[in-house]
Amino acid sequence: MKALQSILLPVAASLVAIVIGAILVAALGYNPVSVYGSLVSGAFGSLGNLGNTITASLPLIIIGLGIALSFQSGLFNIGADGQYWIGATAAVWVGYHFTSLPGWLHMVLCLLAGMLAGAIWAGIVPGLTKAFVGAHEVITTMMMSYIAILFARYLIEGGPMQQKGYIPQSPLIASNTQFPYFTQGFQQAQLSPISMIIAAIAVLAAWFLLYKTTLGFSLRSVGLNARAAKYAGIRVKLYIVLALALSGLFAGLAGAVQMLGVDHQLLDGFSSNYGYTAIVVALLARNNPLGVIISGLFFGALTTGGQNMQIASNVPASLTNVLEGLIIFFVGCERIIPQVIGWYRRRRSARAQTPAS
Amino acid sequence: MVFSNPEIWALTLSMAIPLALPAVGGTFSERTGVVNIAMEGIMLIGAFFGVAFSYWTGNAWVGLLAAIVCGALTALALAWGAIHVSADQTVLGMGINIFAAGLTTFLLNTLFGYSGTPVNTPKLPTLSIPGLDHIPYIGIVFQNQSVLVYIGIVLIFLSHWFLFSTRLGLRMRSVGENPLAADTLGIPVWRLRYLGVVLSGIFSAIGGAYLSIGILNGFTSNMTSGRGYIALAAMIFGKWTPLGSFGAALIFGFSTALGIVLQGHGVSSNLLQMIPYALTILALTGLIGRSTPPAADGIPYEPRR
Repeated sequence: MKALQSILLPVAASLVAIVIGAILVAALGYNPVSVYGSLVSGAFGSLGNLGNTITASLPLIIIGLGIALSFQSGLFNIGADGQYWIGATAAVWVGYHFTSLPGWLHMVLCLLAGMLAGAIWAGIVPGLTKAFVGAHEVITTMMMSYIAILFARYLIEGGPMQQKGYIPQSPLIASNTQFPYFTQGFQQAQLSPISMIIAAIAVLAAWFLLYKTTLGFSLRSVGLNARAAKYAGIRVKLYIVLALALSGLFAGLAGAVQMLGVDHQLLDGFSSNYGYTAIVVALLARNNPLGVIISGLFFGALTTGGQNMQIASNVPASLTNVLEGLIIFFVGCERIIPQVIGWYRRRRSARAQTPAS
Repeated sequence: MVFSNPEIWALTLSMAIPLALPAVGGTFSERTGVVNIAMEGIMLIGAFFGVAFSYWTGNAWVGLLAAIVCGALTALALAWGAIHVSADQTVLGMGINIFAAGLTTFLLNTLFGYSGTPVNTPKLPTLSIPGLDHIPYIGIVFQNQSVLVYIGIVLIFLSHWFLFSTRLGLRMRSVGENPLAADTLGIPVWRLRYLGVVLSGIFSAIGGAYLSIGILNGFTSNMTSGRGYIALAAMIFGKWTPLGSFGAALIFGFSTALGIVLQGHGVSSNLLQMIPYALTILALTGLIGRSTPPAADGIPYEPRR
């Protein structure tokens, strides 16, 4: 029953959002069937589109894992976007330095730098302040996220990482650190088998860590009931710091993978919003690492499909953000289901009692 | 040199208002015990519908009214989820923020096309305070500011008086500190929480409308650019009081104004813009005057029957 509900609820929330989106689209004079049709064909219509969908979903999946991990530990890491950009910045910095290293070692170093940067960004300030003075992690991670993006922007707008010239962007990473793309099938998409393998490893690692290790058990215990965990001898403060650091580690890894696999340099803008969409990905997956794959692909499909929809049927791609926001809202309102069931039962039992009394 | 330029103080005030209004709104919501991180989204809603109705009716005041109504309605959705459904308030707020950013961009492009809102959209008038504007130096601060600056300042002081000196204000605060105790005294916990959240929607929407029909006369996608989150910071830095929020907003507004004035002086505006966020973290950790939220902030309350 519970397992069924955990699948039904996100599906129902998504369906309600899609219906509301259809009403909105229809009210503005478009045909919702053809609009959604162009969205689906844009996401899955050809091998190239499917490749784009996977490319778009990989950062969402990897960040989503970290957010799911923090949720399971009872913490809300709302600042994954900044951890992602700090990870990306660190990876790019390593990527265009140390060019004499062999390619595989250089790649590994870039990834490690990204993970470390993300972990430090989430673990030190939000983690330690949460653990020792109780500063709310929602606020601290959000503030640190803005600081991260401003810092990265500073680095390439006149700061030490700006490429020579007037355009605010960093130098390209060394060519032997750039992930090779598929040469067949997905060749139109910027998709690399290495990115896919890293994402798969990340999913398995998150699942194994959460469900098969003492660390994961302790994290989940802290998440379920921090006070009880404390009396059971778990060092709650340590695990709060670890949970946020691990969460940032995944976000930083996502930033590194995106830089090595797709962008190859820091560009001005920093408006990917992966960190925010990944919150939806984790929520929709009910914080289950394996579910994150499915919900990550769903939102990757929305992103690429939305772009196609804008071209094919002239409906702005921002419709997908409307859907996203609605889905979060409805998933957030999950407690309405037991409330409705309870109300129904009370009414039925009241009806059953009336003739007797 | 920079500080003797009165322009910077005028700019500080004009940059502080769109932070102070949503911060005061957030204060109302959180004082009654509902965490509100949706100020950013509600500001966007207010900014967009303010412009849309200002253009359609040809009257910026109608635009402002429409912004308030739409902001209140959005806040009502948050209130319903937070109060009736006992949903996670941070999740709801995130949902509203993403929804609002999507909806306003979507409507901007479908209703007005890709070239932006019409250039002949009416905006709210600017006002100079007669008498004050003749004082040398200070005068320029009150010269040709949007009428919403003055309305905003009055609203902020009224809010502080309302929250801390009226019976209703005391009741609202009691609901956020100890709802059970308030309930046993016969105070309608849910109704006051609805009031707090809806007020936060109204204030945030005015803050958004200030940007779109107060300073400018048009809407661009994501034009609030994170001000709702800085407002959240101002609210915390101001220790969940309207006047404190205003003070914090003035400090943050000053750092923004400084960034604008110092552009081209070799000081990175990116680094200056970090100040509000860094100050907020310091305030939360107690390094500069500990900020403590209301005791029941974010905790849903199930009324006892």
